[in-house]
Amino acid sequence: MKKEEQNDARNPIEGLLRMDRMPHIWCPGCGIGTVVTSFAEAVKKNNEDLNKLTVVSGIGCTGRVAGYVKLDSFHTTHGRAIPFATGLKLANPDIKVVVFSGDGDLAGIGGNHLIHAARRNMDILVICVNNFNYAMTGGQVAATTPKGANASTAPYGNFENAFSLPYLVDAAGATYVARWTCLHLRRVTKSIQEALNHRGFSFIEVITPCVTLYARRNRLGDGLNLLKYYYDNSEIQHGADTKTLDIDYQGKLIVGKFIDKEKPTFLDAMDTHLNEVIGDDYQLYGRLNDD
Amino acid sequence: MKKVKADPKGVLTGSHYMDGDFALAEGGLAAGCRFFGGYPITPSTETAERFSERIPMVGGVFIQMEDELASIISMIGAVWGGKKAMTVTSGPGFSLMMENIGLAAITETPLVIANVQRGGPSTGLPTLPGQQDMMQARWGSHGDYNIIALSPDSPQECFDLTIKAFNLSEIYRVPVFIMTDECIGHMHEKVVIPPAEEIEVVERKWYTGPKDKYLPFKLDKDGIPFMVKAGDGYRFHITGLTHDERGYPLLNSKAQDIKVRHIVDKINDNADKIIILEEEDIDGADIVVISYGITSRVAFRAVQTARKAGIKVGTIRLITVWPFPEKLINKLAKKVKAFVFPEINYGQMVREVERSSAGQTKVFPVHHCGGGVHNPDDIFKVIKEAAK
Ligand SMILES: Cc1ncc(C[n+]2csc(CCOP(=O)(O)OP(=O)(O)O)c2C)c(N)n1
Ligand code: SF4
Ligand SMILES: [Mg+2]
Repeated sequence: MKKEEQNDARNPIEGLLRMDRMPHIWCPGCGIGTVVTSFAEAVKKNNEDLNKLTVVSGIGCTGRVAGYVKLDSFHTTHGRAIPFATGLKLANPDIKVVVFSGDGDLAGIGGNHLIHAARRNMDILVICVNNFNYAMTGGQVAATTPKGANASTAPYGNFENAFSLPYLVDAAGATYVARWTCLHLRRVTKSIQEALNHRGFSFIEVITPCVTLYARRNRLGDGLNLLKYYYDNSEIQHGADTKTLDIDYQGKLIVGKFIDKEKPTFLDAMDTHLNEVIGDDYQLYGRLNDD
Repeated sequence: MKKVKADPKGVLTGSHYMDGDFALAEGGLAAGCRFFGGYPITPSTETAERFSERIPMVGGVFIQMEDELASIISMIGAVWGGKKAMTVTSGPGFSLMMENIGLAAITETPLVIANVQRGGPSTGLPTLPGQQDMMQARWGSHGDYNIIALSPDSPQECFDLTIKAFNLSEIYRVPVFIMTDECIGHMHEKVVIPPAEEIEVVERKWYTGPKDKYLPFKLDKDGIPFMVKAGDGYRFHITGLTHDERGYPLLNSKAQDIKVRHIVDKINDNADKIIILEEEDIDGADIVVISYGITSRVAFRAVQTARKAGIKVGTIRLITVWPFPEKLINKLAKKVKAFVFPEINYGQMVREVERSSAGQTKVFPVHHCGGGVHNPDDIFKVIKEAAK
């Protein structure tokens, strides 16, 4: 075997990673890396043009993904990955833009951007690693922490209601919505493959273990115990009504692809509408590259 | 630096009667701005409205974002996607933009923000003028960084300085602010827009070397790194963390020292080239009145009155407000009896005059806390007192 092939055989996703930045910062048993692996597999299987694929992250453990993928990649500010991605996509409709970030980043501080990008059917893919807490800052309560779970800023247990992310983005207008756990590696890969080819706002929630903080504080055991919880409690229900997807503490996890529909994207709608109203004077923008 | 002629598509050549807010939009379009991430706020909204009306015929995107946190960072995204980008706002929106102005500073992202200032703090005086965000413009985001800020005194200058702002932002890869105010923003005057071939536009400092050799933050001979855009095969990384030449995070005090000094000094070291101002009758003056923006038009009347009263008054109108012309002020401080500095705030840029004078002369602020312009008599009274 040639050296390159050997490398390939050792780690099929090496070509997509900045090996000069390894080792990564994630804890042993953390689920984020497996989601990156699924992403890399999906990119490879789809034969995506790596020069036309970009990753944008916010801040957090998950936010570090942008720094490890060997693509045009942007590590932005806490909560602002989606509006950054919006500007990037609109400036250069030619590229595919993937937002890779955490639940706190996307649904807490960045929640407003999340629903507005979904409403606009902005043509980006959002991969949300949901570990039920703000991990990077030490395991604080998040908008996704199930009621009853303990967190460093909910030391007596969380009493707030949690967002059901698929329901939220569905209501806001997302046109591709799926949820998996990081146990469902192949399913995650397939969803990312589909979503990369989907025109419009795609959202994939991946429930992953934060072994160091969420799991330890709640005495849920190690990574393996969490995967076992996912295995025992997740139920695949494609097309399930997104109203039914609430997650109770250590309760049932309904996973699957819930939404996959066609609707004009922001740029499609802009071009169609302005062309109709303004006529010949309108400078076709979003579809310039399809001519 | 590569200068080209403006793209005629964006240039509305002719003589117009328009307000400062519209002129900001026309200046942006003429400078080649093709992305506007907006959010409405009085008294700046007309700029966004104008841009949204004009851009479909020019080729580009206007998007009204969900808030100013989004509008600023959508611009940073658009710039790394290859476009020139601008937005416009006023105090409350400017405050929301601060964190990501820091991101633009550390990632050396060129962009232009116009702040049509109103009275503050908080919601303050939405429809009335202020010059109260001048220090925020320089220091509002956390950490050490630098920016450029310009202050127009007329709708014509709103147009001219917006082009200038874009050019400076590209030359130095820095956020540039146009610090105007409600009066200038809503003032209608003649604005002459020259033919496209007479408008000089600075192109982005595109990298053209071999792809695998590209280092996003390696300084070129002029001290400014080259840029690329997403989608061209460089597969580069940009982060708001302190980083090395490769753009990779490097979290130690040595890397921090290099980074901070670079983003601050690239402006300070070029201050002489960046600073534009108008001087009048400085030689032999006893009193020098310093002002900027709308206040310079009001101060003009007070200066005329003072001259009639026999006081030897010179004037400096700051067009570039940041970087501040500290060398010039320091030199003058040795010669003049006093500086008089009216501005529509409770003492902001006047601190720079005090700092630059270093105790060599007296400095008289003329405060106005916002909501209107000075009464020229109030400025005259201070000139008279300073001349005693
Ligand atoms: C404006 C701002 N506020 C707070 C922080 C601190 N902070 C960094 S990461 C983070 C939470 C990240 O949580 P999440 O997005 O769920 O990512 P995870 O670490 O769990 O993957 C917070 C609050 C920050 N960087 N910026
Ligand atoms: S703290 Fe939690 S989320 Fe962060 S790397 Fe460790 S296990 Fe993963
Ligand atoms: Mg999290």
